[in-house]
Amino acid sequence: MNPSKPEAAVEPIVLNSKIVSWYEASARQRVRLMLDAGSFQEFIGPEQREESPHLQVFDLPTQFDDGIIVGRGRMAGAPVFVAAQEGRFMGGAFGEVHGAKLTGLLRAAREVASLAVLILFDTGGVRLQEANAGELAIAEIMRAVMEARAAGVKVIGLIGGRAGCYGGGGLIAGCCSALAVSEQGRISVSGPEVIETNRGVEEFDSRDRALVWRTMGGKHRRLLGGAEAFVDDTVDSFRNIALNLISAVPGFGPDILKAEQARLEQRLQRFGMCADAVDIWKAEGVADTEAVPAMAAADFNDLANKAREPRYDAR
Amino acid sequence: METLSYRHKARERAAGSKSLAIIGVVASGNLEVLVERVLPDTQCQVDINTAAVGFGAVWEAVIADFVARRSPGGLKLSINDGGARPDTVALRLAQAVRLIEEDEE
Repeated sequence: MNPSKPEAAVEPIVLNSKIVSWYEASARQRVRLMLDAGSFQEFIGPEQREESPHLQVFDLPTQFDDGIIVGRGRMAGAPVFVAAQEGRFMGGAFGEVHGAKLTGLLRAAREVASLAVLILFDTGGVRLQEANAGELAIAEIMRAVMEARAAGVKVIGLIGGRAGCYGGGGLIAGCCSALAVSEQGRISVSGPEVIETNRGVEEFDSRDRALVWRTMGGKHRRLLGGAEAFVDDTVDSFRNIALNLISAVPGFGPDILKAEQARLEQRLQRFGMCADAVDIWKAEGVADTEAVPAMAAADFNDLANKAREPRYDAR
Repeated sequence: METLSYRHKARERAAGSKSLAIIGVVASGNLEVLVERVLPDTQCQVDINTAAVGFGAVWEAVIADFVARRSPGGLKLSINDGGARPDTVALRLAQAVRLIEEDEE
């Protein structure tokens, strides 16, 4: 405790999933409100105290669940596996235990084969204090996602948290069957500051928030085809789109992989020379690109569906 | 890091039948409280793992005030603290007890 420290976040305990902001909610609130009431069963819960074995070396506080909640529950009556990252604990970063919990869940899903997996991403990537373990965890998770998908499991990524979905989280998201993202959700591998540090401010000005949002934000990812769906920032919207994607996404096989490869080649061909996200939107036939950032979700989805129907035959 | 532990006698058993609840997150100026119903009815224990070293006296006062106000008999509270202010700690402790006293969903 530190008496001189100002200001602390206070968590409201609210129950209406229609108005609860996904961005503001904790990982536990997201899981509890998204699933059917009382249906969530946690695996390796906080009472088992499977905390990071590395953070104490750095004199850093641990969290009982190591920043990720895994388990199973029901959505509209149907059982699903769920993993949710807590973006406020160390930026939702992947450490050894954190990663192992997600790997284990995905392997369980592969064995069961009939249940979808929802990954509620909220991460800056690998936890630097346990970087080697974290990097290995990313590789294991990517393999586990592909193995689960090959066994017939649909793996749906939901992105709309404070930390966005960066670093290894961005790589894992790329392996999912489908992604849904909100305005607040950002998907990328290198974050704004990382790009600026490595390539200079002329390459990417991390303080230019408009640039950050139009390059990595949800609307751009939807228009570019990187995310299948764009949703409002409420728990209810994410629940509905998750149900929707679980039924809309086709199975997985070589044809899907080939279609994904073709989609990415085509994307590079069409947009490879674009210097800014706005150029891509123009090329996609968006007439009033200035209006896109302030557009409400429903209007934006109309526009996005006109410009580019989501492709479920790829990924 | 500093580890602290306080044991108190509580007036009465905390209400409800839930065995477990958790609230909060470990972040700067914030903390998590895991509460478990594992002790005899008049016992209360608070175990703290904090990033801010040297504030034992403040913790002792906040915990004593909490036990006097809420009478959390039978509860063991475990805290991971990221340097929260005393008012935030008091709030989380109260939230934790309210959560474990709620009816099962």
